[in-house]
Amino acid sequence: MSDRIKQIDFLGVIMWFFRTSLIVAMLWGTIATLLNNPYSARAWTDTIVAGIAQGSLYALIAIGYTLVYGVLFMINFAHGEFFMSGIMTASVFLAVPMSESGYLDAHPVLGITIIAIVTMLVSVGIAILTERIAYKPLRGAPRLVPLITAIGASFFWQYFFRGLYGSKVRPFPLIESVAGKVNIGGIDILKSQVIVIIVTLIMLVGLYLFVVKTKVGKSIRAAAENKDVARLMGIDVDRAITITFTMGAAMAGIAGVLYALVFRQVHFFMGFFPGIKAFTAAVLGGIGSIPGAALGGLFLGVFESVGPGLFLEGLGVLSPHQLKDIIAFTMLVLVLIFRPQGILGESLAEEKA
Amino acid sequence: MSIILSTRNVTKRFGGLVAVNSFEIDVKENSISSVIGPNGAGKTTFFNCITGFYTPTEGEIILDGKEHIEGLRPDQVTLKGISRTYQNIRLFSKMTAIENILVGEHRHLKTHWIEAIFKTKNFLKEEEEALEEAIRLLNFVGLNGLGDQVAHNLPYGAQRRLEIARALASKPKLLLLDEPTAGMNPNESIELMHFIRRLRDEVGITILLIEHDMKVVMGISEEIWVMDFGEKIAEGTPLDIQRNPRVIEAYLGSGAASGLDLGKGE
Amino acid sequence: MNKSMTTKDIIKKGLLAGLTVLSLNLIGFIALLGERELIKGWFTLGHVFLLATPVAIAYLTTNKMEAEGKVKPLGIGFVIGAIAALPSVLLVYIETTTDLRQFLANVSPALTELLTFGQGVTVGSVLLILLFGLMSAFAAFISILDEKISKPLVTAFAWTLGLATFSEILLIRVRDLFGRGVAKAIFSGKSLNPISAILLFALVMGITIWWSKNGASYKEKIANVTPAKKKQMTQGKSILTMLVILFLPLILGSYLTEVTNNVGLYILMGLGLNIVVGFAGLLDLGYVAFFAIGAYVMGVLTSQGALGLDIGFTFWTALPIAVITSTLFGIMLGIPVLGMRGDYLAIVTLGFGEIIRVIAVSDVFKETLGGAQGILQIPKPDFFGIELVQPGQLYYVVLGAVLLAVFIATRLRDSRLGRQWMALREDEDVAEAMGMNLVSTKLMAFATGAAFSGLAGAIFASKLTSIFPHSFNLIISINVLSLIIVGGVGSIPGVFAGALILVGLPELLREFAEYRMLIYGVLLIVMMLFKPEGFLPDKSRKRELNPDDDLGLAEN
Repeated sequence: MSDRIKQIDFLGVIMWFFRTSLIVAMLWGTIATLLNNPYSARAWTDTIVAGIAQGSLYALIAIGYTLVYGVLFMINFAHGEFFMSGIMTASVFLAVPMSESGYLDAHPVLGITIIAIVTMLVSVGIAILTERIAYKPLRGAPRLVPLITAIGASFFWQYFFRGLYGSKVRPFPLIESVAGKVNIGGIDILKSQVIVIIVTLIMLVGLYLFVVKTKVGKSIRAAAENKDVARLMGIDVDRAITITFTMGAAMAGIAGVLYALVFRQVHFFMGFFPGIKAFTAAVLGGIGSIPGAALGGLFLGVFESVGPGLFLEGLGVLSPHQLKDIIAFTMLVLVLIFRPQGILGESLAEEKA
Repeated sequence: MSIILSTRNVTKRFGGLVAVNSFEIDVKENSISSVIGPNGAGKTTFFNCITGFYTPTEGEIILDGKEHIEGLRPDQVTLKGISRTYQNIRLFSKMTAIENILVGEHRHLKTHWIEAIFKTKNFLKEEEEALEEAIRLLNFVGLNGLGDQVAHNLPYGAQRRLEIARALASKPKLLLLDEPTAGMNPNESIELMHFIRRLRDEVGITILLIEHDMKVVMGISEEIWVMDFGEKIAEGTPLDIQRNPRVIEAYLGSGAASGLDLGKGE
Repeated sequence: MNKSMTTKDIIKKGLLAGLTVLSLNLIGFIALLGERELIKGWFTLGHVFLLATPVAIAYLTTNKMEAEGKVKPLGIGFVIGAIAALPSVLLVYIETTTDLRQFLANVSPALTELLTFGQGVTVGSVLLILLFGLMSAFAAFISILDEKISKPLVTAFAWTLGLATFSEILLIRVRDLFGRGVAKAIFSGKSLNPISAILLFALVMGITIWWSKNGASYKEKIANVTPAKKKQMTQGKSILTMLVILFLPLILGSYLTEVTNNVGLYILMGLGLNIVVGFAGLLDLGYVAFFAIGAYVMGVLTSQGALGLDIGFTFWTALPIAVITSTLFGIMLGIPVLGMRGDYLAIVTLGFGEIIRVIAVSDVFKETLGGAQGILQIPKPDFFGIELVQPGQLYYVVLGAVLLAVFIATRLRDSRLGRQWMALREDEDVAEAMGMNLVSTKLMAFATGAAFSGLAGAIFASKLTSIFPHSFNLIISINVLSLIIVGGVGSIPGVFAGALILVGLPELLREFAEYRMLIYGVLLIVMMLFKPEGFLPDKSRKRELNPDDDLGLAEN
């Protein structure tokens, strides 16, 4: 109903003013920063690469939001907890003991694979449990009801895992062969970041092919299009929904492993902000679209990483890096207000919103 | 008789799809007239253009021969004196019947919320009168005693009537009814048609109906416009319409069942 | 009803109970509650929650099995309970052989001690299984008993357990009101002593039995009094309620009054959010922002510290400015989201809330808002020169604010604006087509909600005398949302009920505070699944038939 906003004249003016002043501030900040040139070219590349790696994580998590929204039109607020639960469990029960026994450094590939599998299993298990108990009985309820349930589920899992593993930050072991940097095209990049980017690419392409090419993928798309018709065509819609949650949670689980490799710590609250930011990424790319989630994630990651130094520093903001989160949230607010259909611009999302 | 509403060249496009194509009607004051057409012909889109839900892509909508109302917001259209019902009943389902009608009276209530906080005499008087009026309308549509029922607990027919009462509460000059007999059996439909005629005679307002079932409107309409694929394919009295070969083709082409209704209509 | 109860079903139910119990053990809930002794030397709150799940499941399973004789349900109850104990027994065995604490933060020898009653692993396990089985069988027994016997029994259990749970607080009140001797006679340590527990149990049971026999005739007597006398009685009732509210601090004592004040601030916020979410149907997850703004305005205007403006503002002159500022922010943040609905609105408002918090924490406005260090030395409210320091004095400030908010919320609800909000909640498009201006209707909701929240924030700042940005996080918004959902969305009495349950209880039982968000999460899910209208839903108001006569009913 963005039609309506256009009609409201004085509001239109306010919104226009709001948008323009933000753009002006951004440009002003950018120009001022570039003139001052406080950072070296090296610092900028590092920031951008870090942004791409961070964005890859957002992209993987965003897949879960986008798939579930595509099928159920519901914001699965608890998705960040699927991300957290798997890697917390795997790092407490597997990664730390494996590292202490020296296994992880002796067989890094096998070790990380085992950790990844267990992480995915836990994430998927939590996702399916949540879907069965909290979401399934609410199919067809007014839209806010499942959202509130999802908020409840999110806090439940956060504090459940806090109860299990404690409120302290748990370390994730350093793996020798993953530490350090590699030189790619004359730029030194952290190995862990390279892994993040490559694994994300593989997972995203694989997922895309799965959804587009396979029969299961088709049943999901059919369920997303129209559940009743899909049911008439003999598609088990409940199964399609379960598979949707499974895929989303598996991607979140992988994202968890990658997060742990980069940041080397896990925490019961670690899923919350990445979750909200990944949702932003999903909306940014056009919710419901897998390539959109990937692009949105990358864009948000880079923007958030470069933003404080580029826009805010020039505006004379004190310690701009504290405001990193604000960039993501401002982006969230702006996208939802001005372009709810996302950058890729399917008008579908708007109708459903 | 003067013309209360006329549309000139009203067109609504959604991307490449032309839902309404330069549709023109002239509704006479104090008449009952209808826009009919097969399902999906664009009738409801046309209604939405009149009531401000959509802004027409092109064209003019003129009220009382002077006021342009195209492009106004729905609330502004209502303030001009046009009120409507919906094809799939859209009551405020968790509010009581009386409260639904009271919301409909919104246009005529003036007291400020500050007066409501202090319960001024003015406010109490207005609320009392509004309530009396709501009960009067409730009784008028034949829902005596059901006023304190929550709307979604009412039987289907009662919900239709309540929706009409709510639309009447804004004291419109022109009432638009979107498929008022949808989901009703033939007896209920006939009863409702009688009620609509009574409405025009007793309240003295102009009524514009949308129907896809021709039989229903033949008996009470004074003028009919037929819409197919967004375009006007015929207009005239019920008798003219029944004889019009293009109308018969449109209906037979889109479904034999509706076409058969043509014959029975007489 | 449920005649064909297969063995598989029974095992399934037992395992369901068992896994729930195991989860409660693993997250440390049981062990923490195990520190609160209910009846001296007998059992702790931990035991109660340990047994709650199997007992409840056994009760629900056997509830409709009257037709099956007396023995079978008891057997089923026992089996369910015994199976439910097995996962915990397994946990005990693992815990005694390996140190689990490096993995699971809350699985400790103390938990094993509690689960085995200090009797060692083997004997303890047998005891645990037997206890689970017997208590579940007992639950099954109650479920098939005649209501005449089971009702007093359950009531007596509930009262005894309830009073025992709060014995720490009751002890202080009894000591203050009736002297040390009486307190010593009833309580031992911080728990109920066994004799007084038995007496209490018998007393409640006696009263319940007496009431079930004679209650009906009393009710009849009350129903048959003359209208004039009835009026007198309702008047007496309301005078009594007013007196209780007025002198509540004297009855409660300083600690409970402090708790009441906190509950009061949440009621204030709840009343505001209830307008936005409950009346107008606009899900706002950034509601804490207005609370923060109210608090910061109060802080900046009145603080005596380095950050204070020091231009002569007192609590009472700063209060309206705090409320007006919050209201303006409510409108300002409302404008961009006017075109937005449902879940997107929720996420955007969440974003607003976080933006405001992050800005407050950061160094951007450090010179005015104090950054992460917050604002200190905010004076308490004063009343004609008396500084209101005691909770019992602040109570009246909170009470006044709550009464004002209830008054405004009720009046607005019953006005045209209230109907506009509800119509907006039900169907935005149709509401607009009824001729109402959506912009002003929505902004009025945001503004009123923000005003109440700002009022709460301003009082909060003055009550605490210092504010820190970290206390204004999303959790507060979720707390307020939870309390209005539990109480009943759109219901004003529901806000009170919700705040008492969700804010009052955790303050009385610190153990619950630890698991507060977990419990809120469960509550949100359970409410949405089974009771979306809340515990005290808004009664639909009668209008059509004799509106004058019914007004009294509607107000009660």
